[in-house]
Amino acid sequence: MMNEKIIEALQAQFGEEGVYGIGESHGILQVTTAVENIVPMIHFLYAHPVFKFQFLTDLAGIHFPDAKGQELGVIYHLHSLENNVRLWIKAYAPIEAPTFPTITGLFATANWMEREAFDFYGIIFEGHPNLTRILNMDEMDYHPMRKEYPLEDATRHDKIDELFGR
Amino acid sequence: MSNSTVQVAEAPPGVEGAGFFATSLDSLVGLARANSLWPLPFATSCCGIEFMSTMASHYDIGRFGAERLSFSARQADVLMVMGTISKKMAPVVKQVYLQMAEPRWVLSVGACACSGGIFDTYSVLQGIDRIIPVDVYVPGCPPRPEQILDGFMQIQELAKKETTRRRNEPEYKALLASYGIE
Repeated sequence: MMNEKIIEALQAQFGEEGVYGIGESHGILQVTTAVENIVPMIHFLYAHPVFKFQFLTDLAGIHFPDAKGQELGVIYHLHSLENNVRLWIKAYAPIEAPTFPTITGLFATANWMEREAFDFYGIIFEGHPNLTRILNMDEMDYHPMRKEYPLEDATRHDKIDELFGR
Repeated sequence: MSNSTVQVAEAPPGVEGAGFFATSLDSLVGLARANSLWPLPFATSCCGIEFMSTMASHYDIGRFGAERLSFSARQADVLMVMGTISKKMAPVVKQVYLQMAEPRWVLSVGACACSGGIFDTYSVLQGIDRIIPVDVYVPGCPPRPEQILDGFMQIQELAKKETTRRRNEPEYKALLASYGIE
């Protein structure tokens, strides 16, 4: 019920072509939008008199190496505490220029989440007050959750393929 | 005193006579060191929980002269590294090791400290022997308190048998130099 209303309101505001990839998982609505719509959309949902999505549960990066032109994504998990409704908003950018606008202007909590997404995926959040590594060591020269890097530690010499039947 | 059950450490081999006892300085110093090793627990995860058990009354590491945990690196003799050491934590371990005064020993407790354990991944140091020299390794995930005690007793044996000159020898200097320690 609520989910249909949200879709209607979003499409009225951002147009049919601005809100796509609509789905539902565990009763949670998920929509995809363009990178330039992210900040206006979250502000719109925040200020909406009924929906009041005023809590950012999580913000995460994701990497789809096979999706050409939209390899890197950011997923925003919003929560309307008043209506007890959750919403995922996704947006994708090409890996050559993974820039997203920051949402720290609205949610202070996004500060560390965006730093984490930058740390692990190299997503650049434009306008972020302090976009530096947060979890990995500062000397690290790559973004480890990107799928082009092996998960195993690169400094191990004792793990020979032969021993693992590879 | 005659009914006491306290056992005193055995005297090193030497020459005994009326009113005197002669032995080598090395074995005397070794005896003193081995029976009053002050550990510095560097516990980062579950092996640290096993250490708490090792330290508490049931297993009681105090029986081996180690009841005085030194939370200051400057006064510690044995660095006990227990738990996963991430690469970000590595400089901290090294810093603690550098702050310790000679003679110093390192006990690496558990699979993670010894080799990275199951965490063969970009963020975890694959064994603390990549940054500091280790004297005794205790395997296990996590090791039982008995194993940690056994590892500690191995350190005691090393301390007992070490010559007082060892820390000044070129071999030892070369070992430290291989870790980039002056």
